Amino acid sequence: MLKAGDNLKFPYTEKVLEHFRNPKNVGKLEDADGKGLEGSPACGDMVAVYLKVDPKTTVIDDIKFESYGCASNIATASIITEMAKGKTIADAKKITWQEATDELGGLPPVKRHCSVLAVEGLRSAIRDYEEKHGLVSEQEPTTEEVVRSRLKHVMNPMAGLDIVRTELVTKIEVKEGIVRVVLDLPSSHQFANAIKEDLVEKLEALWDVKEVKVVFTEG
Amino acid sequence: MFDKITYLDNAASTRLDERVLEAMKPYFFDTYAVATSEFGYSMGIDAKEGLMAARGSIARTLGASAEEMVFTSGETESSNMALKGVTAAVKKKKGSHLIVSRIEDFPVLNTAKSLERQGSKVDYLNVDSEGAVDLEQLESLITKETALVSIQHANQEIGTLQDIKAIADICSDKDVLLHTDATHTFTRVPLDVKKIPVDLVTISAHTIHGPRGVGGLYIREGTPIEKWMDGGYQESNRRAGLENIPGAVGFAKAVELVTPEENAALARMRDHTISKALEDIPHVTLNGSRISRTPQNANLTFHYVEGESMTLHLDMRGFAVSTGSACFSRSLEASHVILGIGGDHEKAHGSLRFTFGRYNTMEDVDAVLSSLKEIVEKLREISPLYAKSR
Repeated sequence: MLKAGDNLKFPYTEKVLEHFRNPKNVGKLEDADGKGLEGSPACGDMVAVYLKVDPKTTVIDDIKFESYGCASNIATASIITEMAKGKTIADAKKITWQEATDELGGLPPVKRHCSVLAVEGLRSAIRDYEEKHGLVSEQEPTTEEVVRSRLKHVMNPMAGLDIVRTELVTKIEVKEGIVRVVLDLPSSHQFANAIKEDLVEKLEALWDVKEVKVVFTEG
Repeated sequence: MFDKITYLDNAASTRLDERVLEAMKPYFFDTYAVATSEFGYSMGIDAKEGLMAARGSIARTLGASAEEMVFTSGETESSNMALKGVTAAVKKKKGSHLIVSRIEDFPVLNTAKSLERQGSKVDYLNVDSEGAVDLEQLESLITKETALVSIQHANQEIGTLQDIKAIADICSDKDVLLHTDATHTFTRVPLDVKKIPVDLVTISAHTIHGPRGVGGLYIREGTPIEKWMDGGYQESNRRAGLENIPGAVGFAKAVELVTPEENAALARMRDHTISKALEDIPHVTLNGSRISRTPQNANLTFHYVEGESMTLHLDMRGFAVSTGSACFSRSLEASHVILGIGGDHEKAHGSLRFTFGRYNTMEDVDAVLSSLKEIVEKLREISPLYAKSR
């Protein structure tokens, strides 16, 4: 006779389940020194990471996360906050998705996308800290390529993939601090505003960007 | 940990009823011959009689005659047979244009896509926010080349019932054949082919506590249909392959065991689930129609949380339900049904489907909802969206 509890066939390791059931470092830091938000509610998982950093040593004193995601997303975010706590931001930046996955005893390959998001959340919180504290060592000028790679973090809610890979972005121009992005989408589209807001937020954070212009394609 | 598994995914599969198994047993151990003609040997004649009796009683449930019912291996085969068989039969004389709804289950949807790749023109009908197809659009899309219209009787995920009478009247006025996938309504919601002019109906045993791997296709007498799977001459040369006589007998028994009282009990569990979830848990929306839905289906979105996280927590507490979240599906695609009714990925992300069956009780509903209330609270605590919304 099948009984619940003694017959659970989860595709997850005990460690993943433990972090899913009782995630560590959950919550929000109101006075965070750096924060990162990856993913988008319109298309799937989302993760937010908050940091408190010691300005002298650059050691991460406190770290918290929030997740709107599946088990892999929650477990990876939980383990990665444990791994990053007490490390300098330089060391924390080097933590890879593979290391986080190994620490969890492995994840199903199809869940890679959801767990990568947690790693990206940490990196974007660190980048936010660095940008705010003038720690970006070589201030790389924003080019078309930089913009394109940032736009890979903006989701296309219709497809659940980013707007670059789903070919919504048809043109990028960068000129004297003004970025112009052309989208293959009419301004009346139900997701036009959500995509625009997300896109502007991602690009405005770049140090030498003064203005972001989004151009919709009508008809 | 728990002394009981509460299975609330009866649209996917159901527990076999023991009485069905008892009815099937003689056809495994005593009367296991193939069905032969009346000039064959005794055991084969007995087998044939069992098959005919099963065919007759299932056909009667739909108001059909026995000859109009073909046994298949289930929903997928029945719908393949209907779409491919009819298209092949009428494409030279008429054309190969197909019209299907956007929210069909995969047997119809992917068969339509496959025919599209082979040159058929396929139109995908829009549905409204509750999942009802646009009847005006249907009427406007039918042309002289339309081979077949295929619109489900009820939806597999959100339980929405289509106005099959109105759809059938449009098709019959325009002289176009109509197929309906009735997998989620057969025996639960009445469908009488004498009163409603549908030409083909897909049914399956797996949703009504019958054996899986058995289904049927009703084919109205005179409907042009070509055999799509080659082989022997079984089922009056309409479906090749050794007849699954134990399965057919079990299917007939399963049909016999469904009662109006049971359907009313399922509807009470459905209504209780919907009203209790909406009352007890904040930020919940119903997917589909409150009124026009199958008795066994409740589908709700719990905003700010993700479906796979909820189903995993529920599984740890002994409850089996499903979700339209992309994270749960094998294809990692969000439910095409939730997107089809105008929902976004967020709506699909937090959706849960409860489908009730014979072995569920009102206590199960209370138990799953009280667990779910805690789970949703716990997951919202860590959700960045929920924090934003407050």
